Amino acid sequence: MNDNPRRRSQHGLTTEATAVLGAALSTPSDSDILARLHDRLALQSETQGILDVAYATVDTPVGPLLLAATTKGLVRVAYASEDHDKVLQDLAQKLSPRLLRAPNRLDRVARELEEFFAGQRRAFDVDLDLSLSRGFRQLVQRRLPEIGYGQTRSYREVAELVGNPNAVRAVGTACATNPLPVVIPCHRVLRADGTLGGYIGGAEAKAALLRLEAA
Amino acid sequence: MVHLMGRPATPAPVHGNHDVGRGRHRRAPARIPATERSEVKQPFEKVVEEHGHTVLRVVRAVLGPYDADDAWSETFISAMGAYPDLPHEANVEAWLVTIAHRKAIDVLRAAKRRAMPVDEISGPPHAPHSVAVDGSSGPELLDTLELWAAVRTLPDKQSQAVAYHYVAGLPYVEIARILGGTTEAARRAAADGIKNLRKIYPGGMTEGAPS
Repeated sequence: MNDNPRRRSQHGLTTEATAVLGAALSTPSDSDILARLHDRLALQSETQGILDVAYATVDTPVGPLLLAATTKGLVRVAYASEDHDKVLQDLAQKLSPRLLRAPNRLDRVARELEEFFAGQRRAFDVDLDLSLSRGFRQLVQRRLPEIGYGQTRSYREVAELVGNPNAVRAVGTACATNPLPVVIPCHRVLRADGTLGGYIGGAEAKAALLRLEAA
Repeated sequence: MVHLMGRPATPAPVHGNHDVGRGRHRRAPARIPATERSEVKQPFEKVVEEHGHTVLRVVRAVLGPYDADDAWSETFISAMGAYPDLPHEANVEAWLVTIAHRKAIDVLRAAKRRAMPVDEISGPPHAPHSVAVDGSSGPELLDTLELWAAVRTLPDKQSQAVAYHYVAGLPYVEIARILGGTTEAARRAAADGIKNLRKIYPGGMTEGAPS
């Protein structure tokens, strides 16, 4: 018997024995069990009203999109180039850390996006939560859906639309910080000379969306 | 510029004063630097991802596989409800293990009130149904199940101290907080647990352990 187990290792037990003990409380199918328990947690937390932010990712022709919704509505759409992990961290900080992958809440918008990318849908019919933007930016973002499917406007025209024709640059910023790209169609806003201008999902995604809508 | 662990620890129910015995960084997410993680609270999704397995093992150590799932769910629902109020510098794993311990004990007490048949405690281990369909039977799996059963036959304090220290990797000072009593008592309970495990289950525990 060893009466000074700490001398053997940091735990007072050999690392082999620790590993055996750890394995003893695991089973080969733990990842399946944990996946099932995770899904159950997503459902239970929704039922109990503590799921503040639910998210899911969907594959689209412009790459994987992260979709996040509060209980009020869709709050964020993010391109992969924005780094989904960073976006989630940001949501946890700005909205609530009670955030889980819980695709149920995103089912409807996911379906509508699928229809949109298949050319079978021209407008989105889901509740939006614009709490990630404020003031003039939010005002612009609220008005962008007025630019219909397949149409485009210049930044200046949008500035006029919101009643502030001198705020061309501010409109550009409002588009660049749109928390709900694709669903709020900032891709329909171009430079006055008809060139693309910037886009949060990159020029290629912007061009792809415009091509889709022109077809 | 590195200000890793640069935040002064303010008094909190549980905080990150790990002893040297911990030393486990295997599950730190690669993409979020430690500096950032210490400053802001992680999404709860990451908490489940990083600590779900530990909580599962802890509730199993107390309950076995059958009631473990429910205790796991109750642990995370309860933790998620309280998560926004948890101090940023808190040791999340110790906090979760504390909750898991409480939930598991509740389930255990309820089960004992129903007068559990003796063979459920000391009889041969029942394989979880998911293991039965797995192809990897053989001596290793059997050993694992036997040892698992052996941990559960230890007196409560010992099996918990063993699980929390050796499985969850918690320092004894945290375990003492969870189980009540002194750090030394927690250390002794774990040591006694290991000693008893060696008696019950000599095969796995003597391996590589010179006596």
